[in-house]
Amino acid sequence: MPEEQRIWCAITNSPIAMQELTDFAADPAAGAMATFVGMTRNTNDGRRVIRLEYECYPGMAEKEMRKIAAEVLARWSIRKIAMMHRLGQVDIGEASVAIAVSSGHRHAAFEACHFAINQLKEIVPIWKKELYEGGELWIGSQTGTTGSWQRVQEENA
Amino acid sequence: MRITLRYFASVREKLKRSEEEREIPSGATVRTVWDILKREHPELSAMEKAMSFAVAQEYVDRDHPLQDNDELAVIPPVSGGCYA
Repeated sequence: MPEEQRIWCAITNSPIAMQELTDFAADPAAGAMATFVGMTRNTNDGRRVIRLEYECYPGMAEKEMRKIAAEVLARWSIRKIAMMHRLGQVDIGEASVAIAVSSGHRHAAFEACHFAINQLKEIVPIWKKELYEGGELWIGSQTGTTGSWQRVQEENA
Repeated sequence: MRITLRYFASVREKLKRSEEEREIPSGATVRTVWDILKREHPELSAMEKAMSFAVAQEYVDRDHPLQDNDELAVIPPVSGGCYA
C-alpha cells in the first residue's frame, strides 16, 4: 500500500472526532490498534487552568507531523497511522491531540503511538497558551528552557 | 535582499506582529537576523537558548545562509499536545 494511503495527518479548528482517526487506521491486516488522546487538564504546576489556546505554523506543522508518521512506518511494522491536532480554544476535558496506530500485533502499535506523541510534542511547531486563574502563560517559553529543535538535535547526536 | 519574517506565540506577542518583510544585508545568516531582532527587542535575549528557526518551513541552524525571498520563522519552544 502506498505511503500516502497509510498516513493521515491533520490540523483542525473543530473538536476532534476520534472515530474518524480509528476508521482511517482500521485495516484488515491489523490485529491491534493503539490510540492516544491528549486533553486539557484542570490544573498545571499548581495553577487552576481555565482553558488552553493553541496556534501553529500553518504548513510546517502538518509537514512535521507527516515526517513523524513516515518515521513511524519506517521503524515499526505498522499498517496505518492517523494524527490530528486541534487549534484555538480547547476547554477542560476536551481533546487537543489524538493519534491512532494499527499493526499486526499490539507491541508495535503501543510503541509507535508512544513515539509519535513524544515526537509531536518535541518538534511540531504548535504552541499552547495556558489561561489560568490569575494570568496567562505560553507553555515552554519560560526563561531558561532549551530550544525544541536544539533538544532533538542533542538527543540524536 | 528581502526576506519575510514569521513570528509565533510568545514572540508574536512581544513583537506585536505575526509577520513582516525586511531588507537584510547580502550574505546574512539566520544569526545575523536574530542579532538584529535582539538589538531591537532586548527582551528576546531572555529566550536566547530557547529559540529555533525555520527557513522555507524546515528547521535550520543559526549558520544557515539566507537568500532573497526566503521565509524565516522564529520558533519559540514548541508545546503541542497535552500536559501529560
